[in-house]
Amino acid sequence: MHVPDGFINAPTSAVAGVVAAGAVAVSLRGARRELDERTAPLAGLVAAFIFAVQMLNFPVAAGTSGHLLGGALAAILVGPYTGVLCISVVLLMQGILFADGGLTALGVNITDMAIVGVVVAYVVFRGLVKVLPRSRRSITAASFVAALVSVPAAALAFTLLYAIGGTTDVSLGKVTTAMVGVHILIGIGEAAITALTVGAVVAVRPDLVYGARDLRRPLKLRVGGELVDAPAAEPVALATRSHRKVWLAGLVTSLVLAGFVSFYASASPDGLEKVAEDKGFAESAEEHDIADSPLADYGVKDIDNARLSGGLAGVIGVGVTVVAGSGIFWAVRRRRSDEGTDVSPVSPTNTNTGV
Amino acid sequence: MGAGHAHKLYRAGSSPVHALPPHTKLAAGFAFVVVVVSTPREAMWAFGAYAVLLGAVAAVARVPAGFLLKRLLIEVPFVAFAVLLPFVAEGERTEVLGMSLSVSGLWGAWNVLAKGTLGVAASVLLASTTELRELLLGLQRLKLPPLLVQIASFMIRYGDLITDEMRRMRIARESRGFEARGIRHWGVLAKSAGALFIRSYERGERVHLAMVSRGYAGVMPVIDEVTASRAQWSYALALPCAALVVCLLGWVL
Amino acid sequence: MTASLEVSGLAFAYPDGHQALFGVDFRVERGERVALLGPNGAGKTTLVLHLNGILTGGTGSVRVAGLPVGKKNMAEIRRRVGIVFQDPDDQLFMPTVREDVAFGPAAAGLTGAELQARVQRALDQVGMADFQDRPPHHLSFGQRRRVAVATVLAMEPEILVLDEPSSNLDPASRRELADILRSLDVTVLMVTHDLPYALELCPRSLILSDGVIAADGPTGDLLGDDALMRAHRLELPFGFDPRSVPAGSGPA
Repeated sequence: MHVPDGFINAPTSAVAGVVAAGAVAVSLRGARRELDERTAPLAGLVAAFIFAVQMLNFPVAAGTSGHLLGGALAAILVGPYTGVLCISVVLLMQGILFADGGLTALGVNITDMAIVGVVVAYVVFRGLVKVLPRSRRSITAASFVAALVSVPAAALAFTLLYAIGGTTDVSLGKVTTAMVGVHILIGIGEAAITALTVGAVVAVRPDLVYGARDLRRPLKLRVGGELVDAPAAEPVALATRSHRKVWLAGLVTSLVLAGFVSFYASASPDGLEKVAEDKGFAESAEEHDIADSPLADYGVKDIDNARLSGGLAGVIGVGVTVVAGSGIFWAVRRRRSDEGTDVSPVSPTNTNTGV
Repeated sequence: MGAGHAHKLYRAGSSPVHALPPHTKLAAGFAFVVVVVSTPREAMWAFGAYAVLLGAVAAVARVPAGFLLKRLLIEVPFVAFAVLLPFVAEGERTEVLGMSLSVSGLWGAWNVLAKGTLGVAASVLLASTTELRELLLGLQRLKLPPLLVQIASFMIRYGDLITDEMRRMRIARESRGFEARGIRHWGVLAKSAGALFIRSYERGERVHLAMVSRGYAGVMPVIDEVTASRAQWSYALALPCAALVVCLLGWVL
Repeated sequence: MTASLEVSGLAFAYPDGHQALFGVDFRVERGERVALLGPNGAGKTTLVLHLNGILTGGTGSVRVAGLPVGKKNMAEIRRRVGIVFQDPDDQLFMPTVREDVAFGPAAAGLTGAELQARVQRALDQVGMADFQDRPPHHLSFGQRRRVAVATVLAMEPEILVLDEPSSNLDPASRRELADILRSLDVTVLMVTHDLPYALELCPRSLILSDGVIAADGPTGDLLGDDALMRAHRLELPFGFDPRSVPAGSGPA
C-alpha cells in the first residue's frame, strides 16, 4: 500500500503531510510520557523489529506468500504512541532508502498506515480487552480482531484521501470495493499472524505486551521465607470494574448502531453505497461495460453482486461505528482515569487486580 | 523491499553529487518531486524535460543507467495499477486496438506513471549517492525532531542485527527439519516473530542501560554536524530550480 | 587515601520482590585489579548496576573515590565508573566507532578538538584508531569488545568495571584484550566466571554467592581451595591447576 508520487494531488498530499506531522508530534510527546528517556532506544529497536518482521514471508499457499504490515502488532505490543512512531519511522526510511513510497506521498502513507492503522487497531483491541474476560486467550482474540479491522480501515483511509485528491476519476465505489475487498483478504492473514505473535509474547513475557498490562499478577513479598501478597494498588481495581461496564455498554451500542447502519445502508442506498450502486457494482455491471474489467481478478464482481455490496457496506459500517464508538468511550475513560488515579501506565505499582 | 542489508542502494563514489552535503541533497530531491507532482499532466513534454534533468544528475553522479533502471522495479505494483486505469475509469471512451478505453483513465495512467517514475528515480538517485549516516545527519540538519532522528538511527543501527537474528532463527528451524509450507505453519513463524520481539525489546532495554551508564539523560549529544556553503546550496538547488522553470512553462504553454 | 570503590551493607530487592543482594561489603583500592567471581544468579549483574547508580533504592551505600552514589551526583558518578557490558552490540549503539566513543565525553559537555583528542587517545589505548569511521557492526567480535572498552576509557573513569570481558572471544582476541587491560593505568573490577582469566589478570578476587561476599583474597589462594570452590559452584576448566600459574602476573 506504499503510495508513489503523483497518485494523490499536491494539495491533498500537503494536507496529509501536515496531519502526519501533527500526529507524529503528538506521538513523540505521548511516547516520551510513557517511556521517558528510554524512548529513543526502545522505539528504535521496535522499529527495527517491525522492519525485520515485514521481511518475514508467510507462505499462504503453493508459491504465494504474504508479509506482515505490522501496524496492529506495534499498537498492541508497544502502545499507540510508540506504535505510530515506529511505523512512521519505518515508512520514512523505506521512502528515503528504498524509494518505496513517494517522498511527497510520505504524509499520505503515514496517515493511512501509521496513524489510522495503529490507532484503529489499538482502540478496537482495548475495547475488546475491556469487555472480554481477563485471560490470555482474550488478548489473542482481541489482537486478531484488531488486526483484521485495522488493515481495511487503513485502506479506507486511503480511499478517503483518494476521494479528496485522487488524480484519476475512477469511481469512488470501485476504489473502495477494490481497496477494502483486497485488504480484507490481507487483513485476515495479518490478523492470524498478529494474534499468534502476540499470543507467543504474552505466553513468555506478558509484561512486555503494552495492551495486556492489566493481566499482570499481584506482587508477592518474601517475609521470613513465606510468600505474602504485597499490598495492592486498590483504587485502580474499583475503577477498572466500573470502566468495564462502560466499555461493555459502549461496544454493545456500537454493534447495535453498526447493525442499524448496515441494514439502513443496504435498504436505502446512499453515500458510498449509492456511488457503488450507480457505478455498476450492485446490479448494472454490464451496462457500464466493465464485464471484462480486470477488477474481476479481485474476485469481487463475479460473486453475487448485490449481496457483496451489501455485505461490504455492512463491514464498513461495523468497522467505522465500532471505531467511532470505542473512540468516544476511550476518550471518556481516559478523562476519568486522569481525574481519578494518577498512575503512570507503565509503573509497576499499577496492578489492576480484582475483576 | 530490500532484505538483508539496511542500505542496498548506496553506491560508493567520489562524484560532485556524492560530495554535496546531505541536507542540500535531501532538500533538492524533495523540492524536485514536489515540482514534478504539481506539473499539469497535459504538459507531456515537461516530464520528458524532467527525465533529461535527472539523467544529467545521474551522469554527473556517475550512476550507471542500468543500476538506476533496475531500482525502478520497485514501482511495478503501481505500474500494474496504472495499466488498469484506462479500463475502469469513467467518462468519454476511445477505441484503441479494439478495446474500449477511458480517455481520462489514459490520462490518469500517464499521470501516475510519469510522476511516480520520476519520484522513484529521484529517490533512487538520492539514496545511491548519499551514505546512510549522512542521510541521518541531513535529516537532523533539516530540523526533523531529534527524537525521530534518534529512533531512525537506532533502527538503522540495529536493523541488520535483528534481521540477522531472524535469519539465524530460520536456520535453526530448518536445521531441525522444519520448512514453512502453508498456513498451518504460521504458528511456528509467529512464535519466531514473538521471540524476535522479546529479544529486540530486551536489547532496547540493555542499550538504554549502556547509554545511561555513559551519561545519557534524554538528550543525544551532537557530535557531528553537517554544514553547507552557499555555493553547495546553489549547486544542489539547481535541479529543483530548473524543474520549476519547466513546470511554470508547463502551466503557461 | 580514599578507596576507588567502597561498598558497604548493600542489599537490594527487585520491584518484583526477588531479592538479589543481602548485604555486600568490600573495598577496592586505587590501581587494584580485582576479579568478582560467582556462579550464575549470584547477583553479580545486580551489583554492577549499583556501582553507577542504575539500580538504587535498597539499603547500604556505594562510594566511588569517596563520592556517595546518589541522585545528587549521578552525572559525576557515571563519568567515574565505566561499565563495559557483556554484549558489545548493546554498548555500541552509534552509527560509527568514532561517534560511539565520543558519546560519553560529549554527553559530559566536551566539544571540538578536545573531544576529538579524547576519542583518539581512547582508541589508541585499545589499538582501534584505524577503525574510527567504520560502523560497529562491520567489526569482528573481538574488535567490538575493544571498542566497547574504548567507549568507557574515553570518559577517563576512576574505575573500569567489565562484565564477562572474555566471553565469546577467540584465544587471540582474549590475549589481546588481556594485554590491553594490563597496560591501562586504572582501577579494574572484572566480573567473570572465566577463572583462568581472573587468575591471569587479577591478583585479588572476591566471590559473590547468594548475594553476599563469601570470600576475599589472593586469586591463586581462592582458586586453589577446592572446598570453597565447590561450595560456590565455581569450577576450573579440566586440567587447569591454579598452583602451576604465577598468580597475578603484571603490575598490581
